[in-house]
Amino acid sequence: MNHIISIRDLERPEIDCLLDKAALIQANQYNESALKGRILALLFFEPSTRTRMSFDAAMARLGGTSIGVDNVEASSMAKGETLADTIRVVSGYADAIVLRHPKEGAARLASEFSSVPVINAGDGAGQHPSQTLLDLYTIRQSMPLERIKVGLLGDLRYGRTAHSLAHALSQYGATLHTISPKGLELPSAIAEELAESGTEIIEHDDVSRVITGLDVLYVTRIQRERFPDSASYFKVASSYRITPELLNGVKEHFIVLHPLPRLDEIDPRVDLLPHARYFEQSRNGIPVRMAMLQKVMS
Amino acid sequence: MRRDARDGLLISPIRDGTVIDHINGGEALNVLKIIGITGATTESISVATNVKSSKMGRKDIVKIENRELRKEEVDRIALIAPHATISIIRNFDVYEKKGVDIPALLIGVVRCPNPGCISNTNEPVPSKFEVMQKGLHCLYCEWMITKDITNHIL
Repeated sequence: MNHIISIRDLERPEIDCLLDKAALIQANQYNESALKGRILALLFFEPSTRTRMSFDAAMARLGGTSIGVDNVEASSMAKGETLADTIRVVSGYADAIVLRHPKEGAARLASEFSSVPVINAGDGAGQHPSQTLLDLYTIRQSMPLERIKVGLLGDLRYGRTAHSLAHALSQYGATLHTISPKGLELPSAIAEELAESGTEIIEHDDVSRVITGLDVLYVTRIQRERFPDSASYFKVASSYRITPELLNGVKEHFIVLHPLPRLDEIDPRVDLLPHARYFEQSRNGIPVRMAMLQKVMS
Repeated sequence: MRRDARDGLLISPIRDGTVIDHINGGEALNVLKIIGITGATTESISVATNVKSSKMGRKDIVKIENRELRKEEVDRIALIAPHATISIIRNFDVYEKKGVDIPALLIGVVRCPNPGCISNTNEPVPSKFEVMQKGLHCLYCEWMITKDITNHIL
């Protein structure tokens, strides 16, 4: 069955195929009734606004219908039902399931019990493949994905989007430049795995020293709860803030991405620069998720 | 064969069952744990630990009477005792002797150390780990166990 659980399950030709499909959809070359009569179950056991809405919108644009749970308190799981049972039941109601769950590996487990395809929309600190695909798609709108220099900035220890993107980019021969506060560095197991796959990873402690050599800067949120007090958070956060001044001298095609929501990581003045692509990145969630839905339900 | 007590009396031969030899010194109890033998099981078990060995320096030996271990059971042993040899004994003779092969997949053998892993909840699934060169890879949360594997045995 055609599940999409982790970006690591997708080989490069499959990723390219999904991105090509998304590009056609964005150019309005798609069948608006492609999923007419089909039902998508949206099971969100964690709060989500944009991911849920964009899957909902993607399904509607392909002529399908969505049903869903986004209130765990009212669900059978609040009464103690296992995810396995929920999935067994819901897979009888729908043609595919989109799942967000607080536990890592939940989507993999769901795929074992589901009789319809499962798409992982984020499982705890684990995988979120649709985010990675739309990140890649947004980069590809500005430059070829091969052998680019990508800066990963922010919380690289807990940031699942950065981990997944790093794995995906390693398939394209990217060089990764990591810039993160002390204690929030890329986990050594991930760094080793990427290095073993031939990816060059270079650590930096100051983004200003590396930014002019980059093609892409992927900024992630530094979470307040990782720090003992507000003062130490603000001290670190301010030294990782992207400002228009910092972008002086960057390459012409250089772009800044962020999975959103942002807090203080990017100065709002950057939004006006041609390098800012994070809102476009968010909008790209629709064609990318439409391509994913068509893939799993075709 | 029973040795002279002055050389250090070892455990008696068994009539039928399994002898696990060449276990790394001190790992015998972990071997019993990994094959599911606990205080509640009924088998007669003999354990010799830190026995002198010309090949290994020190080794452990386990003898289990009236139980022939299956291939999938003995392969689990390879995780903590990769040089172990298994002899199946019938009527005091060695009926079959084999080494251990590290299995490709471990199902329900080790607990995932990631507290956020779905396999550590009340879901009706055993843990699943892929055995890789550098450790054990959780097929649910993708966590890697690279050291102290015995601490995670269920």
